[in-house]
Amino acid sequence: MSPHALELARAFDGFFAALFVLAGLGVIVARQMRGTLYLFMSHALMLSASAVVLAVALHSTHLAWVALITFSTKVVAVPLVLVWATGAKVYGRREVDHVLSVPLSLLIAAGLAFAAWIVSQPLVHAIPARPFAAINLPTGLIAIFFGAFTVAVRREGVAQLMGLLIMESGAFFASISIVHDLTIIAEIAAAVDVPIAALVIGLLLRSIGAVTGSTRVGHMATLHERR
Amino acid sequence: MILPLILILPIGAALLTVAGRRAAPWVTLASALAVLGLAVVAARDVMAAGTLVGAHGGFTLDALGALYLLLVAFVGVTASLYSIGYLEARHREAGRVAPRYRQYYPLFNLFLASMLAVPLLTNLAVMWIAIELTTIFSAFLVAYEDRAEALEAAWKYVALTTMGAMIALLGILVIYYGVHHAGQPPSWAGLVAAAPHIPPAVLLTGFVLALVGFGAKAGLVPMHTWLPDAHSQAPASVCALLSGVETSAALYMILRLYPALARNPGIPDANAWYLVAGLISVGAAAFLILQVTDFKRLFAYSTVEHMGIILTACGLGTPAAHLGTVYQLFAHALTKSFCFYAAGLAAITLGTQRIRGSSGLLGSSPLVGWALLLGALAIAGAPPFAIFISEFQILRAGFGAGEYLATGLLTVFIVVAFIAIVYQIGGIVFRQPAPERAPAHPLPVSSVFAMAIAFLPLLVFGFYLPPPLLRLVHQAAALLGGTP
Repeated sequence: MSPHALELARAFDGFFAALFVLAGLGVIVARQMRGTLYLFMSHALMLSASAVVLAVALHSTHLAWVALITFSTKVVAVPLVLVWATGAKVYGRREVDHVLSVPLSLLIAAGLAFAAWIVSQPLVHAIPARPFAAINLPTGLIAIFFGAFTVAVRREGVAQLMGLLIMESGAFFASISIVHDLTIIAEIAAAVDVPIAALVIGLLLRSIGAVTGSTRVGHMATLHERR
Repeated sequence: MILPLILILPIGAALLTVAGRRAAPWVTLASALAVLGLAVVAARDVMAAGTLVGAHGGFTLDALGALYLLLVAFVGVTASLYSIGYLEARHREAGRVAPRYRQYYPLFNLFLASMLAVPLLTNLAVMWIAIELTTIFSAFLVAYEDRAEALEAAWKYVALTTMGAMIALLGILVIYYGVHHAGQPPSWAGLVAAAPHIPPAVLLTGFVLALVGFGAKAGLVPMHTWLPDAHSQAPASVCALLSGVETSAALYMILRLYPALARNPGIPDANAWYLVAGLISVGAAAFLILQVTDFKRLFAYSTVEHMGIILTACGLGTPAAHLGTVYQLFAHALTKSFCFYAAGLAAITLGTQRIRGSSGLLGSSPLVGWALLLGALAIAGAPPFAIFISEFQILRAGFGAGEYLATGLLTVFIVVAFIAIVYQIGGIVFRQPAPERAPAHPLPVSSVFAMAIAFLPLLVFGFYLPPPLLRLVHQAAALLGGTP
C-alpha cells in the first residue's frame, strides 16, 4: 500500500474511532433504554467499519470476516436476541434515578479516556509494525473503561448489559489492529459466543423483572453479611 | 479421538436431558462417569507419552491440563450424584419443585463441558471463549431457586465475571499478537517458546489484563465480591463446581502465564506480581472469614483464601514451591467440593445457613456434624488431610528459598484463617442446640454417598499419593517452571 493510501486509511479509521468513542459516551449518559440499544448498535457498526478499513488497507481476508461477523452478530443478531429475551417493554423505559449526574458522568468519562490513552502508550510504542495500533489500541481501551464505568454507575439492567457489550466491542476494536489472523475457528466461536451471552443475560434480566417487578438491578442489594 | 470425546459426551448428555426430564439425573451421572473414565485414560497417556494432540491440533493435553481435567471430571461425578437426592430434598423442604429444575441438568452438563474444554483446547482465543461460557452456562444454576436473592446473586456473578472476561479478552489477544510476532503457534507451548522474544511491554500488558480479568473469575481480591453472594444462593452441588473447579479454571489460565513471564528477560520481577496478588487475597479472605455470618459464605471466602495461597506459592518461584502450587490446586478442588456437600446437607438438617442461628449439629445429625467438622479441618489445613501436605510444602519451599517476608505473611494469614474457620464451624457443630428445634429432615442417600466418595481422596492424599498421580503432579509442576 502506498504511503498516501495508508494515510487515507488511517484518516478513515480515526474518523470511525472518534464515532466509536462518541457512541460509547452516549451509552454512559443515555437514559432512554431504546436509545441505549441504538447507541450500542452504532458502536458495533463503527467497529465493523474500522474492520473494513483495516481489511482493505492490509489486504486481510480475516479482517473482512471479522467485519462481516461483527455486523451480523452485534448490529443485527444481538439487538434482536436482546429485545426477544428481555421483552420489548423494557426498552420503553427511562432510567430516572441516576447514581451520577450527566455532567459528572461526562467529566469522569473524559478522565477515563485520558487514562486509557496514557495506559495504552507503552503498548503502542512496543508495536511499531502495526500501522493502526496507535489509533485502535487507545480507542479500544477507552471503550473498555467506558463499559466498566457504565456497569458501575447505571442502575438499569439493560444499561449495565450494554456496558458489558461495549467492553467486548472495545476489546475487539483494539485487537483488530494487532491480530489480523485469528484462526477461523476462533472467529466463528467468538461470533457464536456473543449472541449466546446476550441471550442468557437477557433472559436473566427478564427473570429479575418477573420476580422483583423491576429490572433496576442497581437497587438489588440484599446480599451481605447480616448481623 | 479420546480428547474430543471428553467434550462430546457432556454436550450429548445436555441434549438428552432436554429431551427426557425423568432420566436426566441418571444420564448426567452416566455421562460424568464416562468422562471420568476417559480423563483417567487421557491422563495415563499423558504420563506415558507426554503431550497428547487431537483433532488435527485443535486439542492439546499436557500434564497440568490433565491434572485439571481429572479434577473437573471427578468433581463432575460427585456433584451429579449429589444433585439427585439434594435437589429432591430441597424441593421437599420448599414444598414445590423448583421452577428451574427442568433447566438444571442440561445447564449442569453444558457447564461441565465448558470447564472440561479449558484444559483441552489448544488455541488461546478459543480457550477464552470456553472460560466465558462457564459463566454463561452457570448463571441460571446460581439463580436456580428463582428468588429475588438468587437472581441478585446471579446478576452480580454474571456482571462481575463478564466484565473480567472482557478485560481478559484484550489480554489474551495482546498475548496472541506477541506469540504470533515471535513466529510461534497460539498455544501454551507456543507461548513458552515465544516468551523470550516477545516485547516485554506486550507480554506484561497482556498478563496484567489477564490477571485482572481472570482474577475476577477466580475471586481474587478486590474482584471477589460475587463469590460469597453466588455461593450463599446456589445449590450446594453447583457451589462444589463453582468453588472446586470453576474458579480454578480462571486461576489455571493465570498460572499458565507464569512460565512465559519468568522466561522473558525484560520482565525481572515476574514473581512479585503473583506474590502481591496472592497475598492480598489470602490476607483479606482470612480476616473476612472472621466476620462471616453464613457458613456457605464462609466456605466461599475460604476459596478466595486458597486462590491467593496458590498464586503466592507460584510466585515463590522455586521448583519445590511449584510442586506445592500444583498440589494445592489439586487438594483445594477436592476438599472444597466436599465442604460444600457437607454444608448443603447441614443447611437441610438445620433449616438455615446462618452461623449464629445454628447449633448442636453433631446432636441433630452426627453424620453431617462430623462431615462439616472434618471438611472445616481439612480446608483449614489440619493434618492428616491433603491441604496440610500442600500448605506445608509451600511454606517449607518459601522459607527454603529465603522469601521470609512473603512466606511469613502467608503463614500468619493461613493461621488466622485456620482459627476463624475452626471457631465458626466448631460453634455450629458443638454448641448446645436450641430446645425448640424442628425435627431434622431425612438425609438424601445419594448425596451422602457422593459426600463419602468425595471424602476418600482428601483423606488418602494426605498421606499417600499413588505413584502415577505423583508423577503427573511432578510433570505439571515442571511445566510451571517452564520445562516443556
